[in-house]
Amino acid sequence: MDKKRIAAAFAGAREAGRAAFIVYITAGDPSLATTAKLIPALAGAGADIIELGVPFSDPLADGPVIQAASQRALAGGTTLDGILGMVGRVRPQVDVPLVLMTYCNPLLRRGYADFAERAAGAGVDGVIVPDLPLEECGPLQRELDRGGIDLVQLIAPTTPAARQAELCRVSRGFAYYVTVAGITGTRDALPAGLADNLDRLRAVSPVPVAAGFGISTAEQAEVVGRHADGVIVGSALVRRIAAAADETEVVARAAAFVRELRGTAGRVGAL
Amino acid sequence: MKNFETFPDATGHYGTYGGRFVPETLMAALGELDAAYERYRADPDFVAELELLLADYCGRPTPLYRADRFAAAVGVDRLYLKREDLTHTGAHKINNTMGQVLLATRMGKKRIIAETGAGQHGVATATAAALFGLECDVYMGVKDMERQRMNVFRMELLGTRVLPVTSGSKTLKDATNEAIRDWVTNVETTHYIIGSVVGPHPYPLIVRDFQRVIGVETRRQVMEREGRLPEVLVACVGGGSNAIGMFHPLLGDEGVEMIGVEAAGEGIASGHHSAPLAVGRPGVLHGCFSYLLQDDDGQVREAHSVSAGLDYPGVGPEHSWLKDSGRVRYISVTDDEALAAFHLLARREGIIPALESAHALAGVAKLADELRGKLVVVNLSGRGDKDVAAVAARGGEESES
Repeated sequence: MDKKRIAAAFAGAREAGRAAFIVYITAGDPSLATTAKLIPALAGAGADIIELGVPFSDPLADGPVIQAASQRALAGGTTLDGILGMVGRVRPQVDVPLVLMTYCNPLLRRGYADFAERAAGAGVDGVIVPDLPLEECGPLQRELDRGGIDLVQLIAPTTPAARQAELCRVSRGFAYYVTVAGITGTRDALPAGLADNLDRLRAVSPVPVAAGFGISTAEQAEVVGRHADGVIVGSALVRRIAAAADETEVVARAAAFVRELRGTAGRVGAL
Repeated sequence: MKNFETFPDATGHYGTYGGRFVPETLMAALGELDAAYERYRADPDFVAELELLLADYCGRPTPLYRADRFAAAVGVDRLYLKREDLTHTGAHKINNTMGQVLLATRMGKKRIIAETGAGQHGVATATAAALFGLECDVYMGVKDMERQRMNVFRMELLGTRVLPVTSGSKTLKDATNEAIRDWVTNVETTHYIIGSVVGPHPYPLIVRDFQRVIGVETRRQVMEREGRLPEVLVACVGGGSNAIGMFHPLLGDEGVEMIGVEAAGEGIASGHHSAPLAVGRPGVLHGCFSYLLQDDDGQVREAHSVSAGLDYPGVGPEHSWLKDSGRVRYISVTDDEALAAFHLLARREGIIPALESAHALAGVAKLADELRGKLVVVNLSGRGDKDVAAVAARGGEESES
């Protein structure tokens, strides 16, 4: 297994003179079978990295769109074990890096060591935990390191400069810059000062910096892609999945949306 | 005996419990809050202003009342009620909101948000915000808005916006999710007043410290009346702020037994309860690691209690630690047991307790055989006006048992 798929994805985009395009979907929305079809379709449409949201009963960093997706996935019986099983089955078909975005408690319940072992076995490349800040992430970090899985740190606009640098240093795979103080979801405009913040962060970061939260249109992706190593789109894609009538339409619509945004990110040099 | 005064540690942990499990966006704000609290807790002007407010505005100290008729009815000998129900707004919650609003004004915050279950914390927050001229929004589950309509109207009269929460179980847990989401979004201008000893550090510490006045007064009053310390303290536990407020100042007094009473709802075996300390497993909810009602996949389970204020799947991290250390014993009583105690106190003492506090009273009734002959103090954490309609809807008056 290539343990550094994430690094390779950023390097590939960089060589092509563009930002990496990262998409988020909630695993199990509307079913794990659909997620298993979405992964190769999204990769084929140009997603460089795919984040798989692990549904949680109390997603306090998420806005209404992803809250609803989590509810649908949980109602359909989606579990962390089920997601890891699905990843294991899809992994041989695709090379795209797969990153789990999960709240802390499902991992605690499973046990960090057990989770890391199973995730590594399934072919998970990275993990993002929005409610596990630097001070609390040590025990998970140790287990993930053992499994060769990247623990991606989140950095917020409210994070002081010294702490931003520390988070970049600790982060594996890439650093996730949260563009706005807030929860996930689409916004009409990008926050003022975003470009400067990203430029400053990239100057100090030993790992690529990807930006997410509130990026929903091709125009926004283009602007952010000029100042970040990666652009992350979540709620806008999840909303399209929710609006589709059946599995065929889910896959078609999601792939078309990724193609549209990726086309833009692809036109824009990140450097 | 351990030195209970030294907890939490510098990182906000009580043993393995507590901590800060929140989005990075909030970490700077929690650091600022921590620093501000450390500064003002030692600031004589701040302390004096808070003491004056607690005395002249909130009506402290609250009385310690010997409830002989209730004691006789349940079969114990010497029972005192710490009358937090007689504070301004009718519950202990005001002790915390006065302290936190005062802290928020010192920090230059212009807007206050809070979550509420029974509405007592919401009313106490709305009251403090009105007094200090701050904008105030309170999140409340629509299920709780229905069963606590009077408190919704009280908050609105006080100039607060009550924001209905329709997600999840539509109760306190979901209201807390929404309040945290609001805080993440508006953290620069807004102070979030958590209503119990839950949430990320330093909230469990701050709320505990502002509630310690209950135990400090109790200790002094019992000494004055009886010339000795109480033998048993009893309080209900949802998040656990009234219990920790009463227990904490006496944790070092080895002879003082402490009993926390959780809500067993329709019975522990039914699965419909709010008793994480009884049957939960440690996990993370709302920013802290503590006992939690959850399934095998780590999804948080819905809590149930006739009392909206106890209807919460988590509990304060210090209680989890006190349980594991054995210093405090935790029991649970059902909805029906709490309702029986509610009626009994009303009939025998002319005091209508909050349904939350009725759980503590029911705990005394349940353990009467063991408490007989002992000097017992129950924290009567709130008054029951807010619950009259809900009790009436369940069939109104019950026979005394």
